[in-house]
Amino acid sequence: MLEHYISLAVKAIFIENILLAYFLGMCSFLAISKKVETSIGLGLAVVFVLSITAPVNWFLHTYLLKEGALAWAGLPDLDLSYLNFIIFIATIAALVQLVEMIMDRFTPALYLSLGIFLPLIAVNCAILGGSLFLVERNYNLGESVVFGFGSGIGFFLAITTMAAIRHRLRYSNVPPALRGLGITMLLTGLLSMTFMAFSGIDL
Amino acid sequence: MQFLRRFSERMKPAFEEDGRLKLLYPVYEMLDTLLFNTDKETDMAPYIRDSVDLKRIMTIVIFALLPAFFFGLFNIGYQQALAFGLERSLLTNFWFGLKVMLPIIIVSYATGAVWEVLFAIVRKHEVDEGFLVTGLLIPMIVPPTIPLWQVAVATSFGMVIGKLVFGGTGMNIFNPALTTRAFLFFAYPGKISGDSVWALGPDGYSGATPLAVPAAVTNGNAVELLNGVTQFDYSWSNMFYGLIPGSISETSALAILIGAVFLILTKVGSWRVIVGGLLGLVGTALLTNILAGQSSNTMLSLPPHYHLVMGGFLFGITFMATDPVTAAHTNAGRWIYGIMIGVLTVVIRSINPAYPEGTMLAILLMNAFAPLIDYFVVQANIKKRVARYA
Repeated sequence: MLEHYISLAVKAIFIENILLAYFLGMCSFLAISKKVETSIGLGLAVVFVLSITAPVNWFLHTYLLKEGALAWAGLPDLDLSYLNFIIFIATIAALVQLVEMIMDRFTPALYLSLGIFLPLIAVNCAILGGSLFLVERNYNLGESVVFGFGSGIGFFLAITTMAAIRHRLRYSNVPPALRGLGITMLLTGLLSMTFMAFSGIDL
Repeated sequence: MQFLRRFSERMKPAFEEDGRLKLLYPVYEMLDTLLFNTDKETDMAPYIRDSVDLKRIMTIVIFALLPAFFFGLFNIGYQQALAFGLERSLLTNFWFGLKVMLPIIIVSYATGAVWEVLFAIVRKHEVDEGFLVTGLLIPMIVPPTIPLWQVAVATSFGMVIGKLVFGGTGMNIFNPALTTRAFLFFAYPGKISGDSVWALGPDGYSGATPLAVPAAVTNGNAVELLNGVTQFDYSWSNMFYGLIPGSISETSALAILIGAVFLILTKVGSWRVIVGGLLGLVGTALLTNILAGQSSNTMLSLPPHYHLVMGGFLFGITFMATDPVTAAHTNAGRWIYGIMIGVLTVVIRSINPAYPEGTMLAILLMNAFAPLIDYFVVQANIKKRVARYA
């Protein structure tokens, strides 16, 4: 059982990295990867939000939205899965608010440096993507916790790597037209090419 | 020499600020510094104590590449003779190899030079010497059967996306030669995926590469399987000498080791990366050997000394991983970087069925992580010093 969870985590972190294999969550990845410190902060926030929203959304999906999920309430024929998107987004937004308040209280410096991007996690495709994947792949509760956490770590890894690369790039003489987002896009492509090293591993 | 000097002096005004050919100044500068050193003297500190500059370092790397290069030439001819069942002398093999290799080198250098000069002219900087090595490395890591247009396309990608968009030598993140190779690998997988051998032979001539032999069988013993191959001699000693088909210059562990020693002695290549890589590879291979009994994966039973001589690991760790630009820049970082390359190589070889060989992607992956490693090493150092002086 433990082995299964470990391989699921490895898969979520390396083989099917939510950012470098699925390209989800690109906006905050491109915008916040200028400094390593802030990218670590955002990475941790994503890990946190993903590992909470995944199981919460799993509960909502299994006991409210899935076809026949409301059997416990005497409504076995009801299928509310068309509400998946809106409910998931609402959950994520609420949880992000919570994270924001906690951060504001305990790590004001990080809170300020993340600025607008913390509320933007609410609409980060990586977070919603994580919840939708676990529906699509029929994960159980344990699996969805591990998957959410693993995807978060994968995002964390990708964004800190990119931040460190961009830190080194400060000494590079990039053509003016490519400075900023252009070169970061190119780097994302190259980075995801190197992550192909893991694609194909069957766990 | 005097004549050339005078000629260069006479041509100089035409290339300067308001000369007719000022657009081509980078070309002039490149040829001029290739032939002559500067005679400028510094009259106040800091003084340069040694004349090791980029050009000298690149020349040393070229020298280190020569044993593997010449072996590669010979091996092309040797493998071709073997495939057709011919008896040939050493010299004929060389000659044959040269005829195959020379066009690849010309295409790689020409394509690279076009891009270098183009960027230098448009961006008004000097043509840098990094391409001397990259242009030679590319032909050395491609199969002898490669079509020349693929060399040109891949070299363009490797040079432009891998290096020039970052500003040229010293500013890139990924090794340009390996980027070229990775481009080939992913763009033309049919030819270059590495599970069947690359040798010039009769039509339909094919066979499994050493790394593909144990990967194809479950519940086997890797060494027995290799020794059981009749088409090629995949014994350890033969793979150490390098008389097997493969990418042009990566087959011979012996020739590469000579280059490695030369690089380490001249301190051009970081011994930490090389030793770290060897340790990582041997350590992980020993670990997989222990685990081999519990799995049906034959690759796990491949002993470390076989891992060393098979595939492109030695070539990669010696000439690609030690690239001072794309490797980690701190000494502690170099250890981690090297060890991780060794570990990842064995991991990809053993448990990733998609790729028989893992060195290329392992090095590229660690290229990507090198800045992060450096960052944490530097942060740890800052913390240590703060603690020391607090």
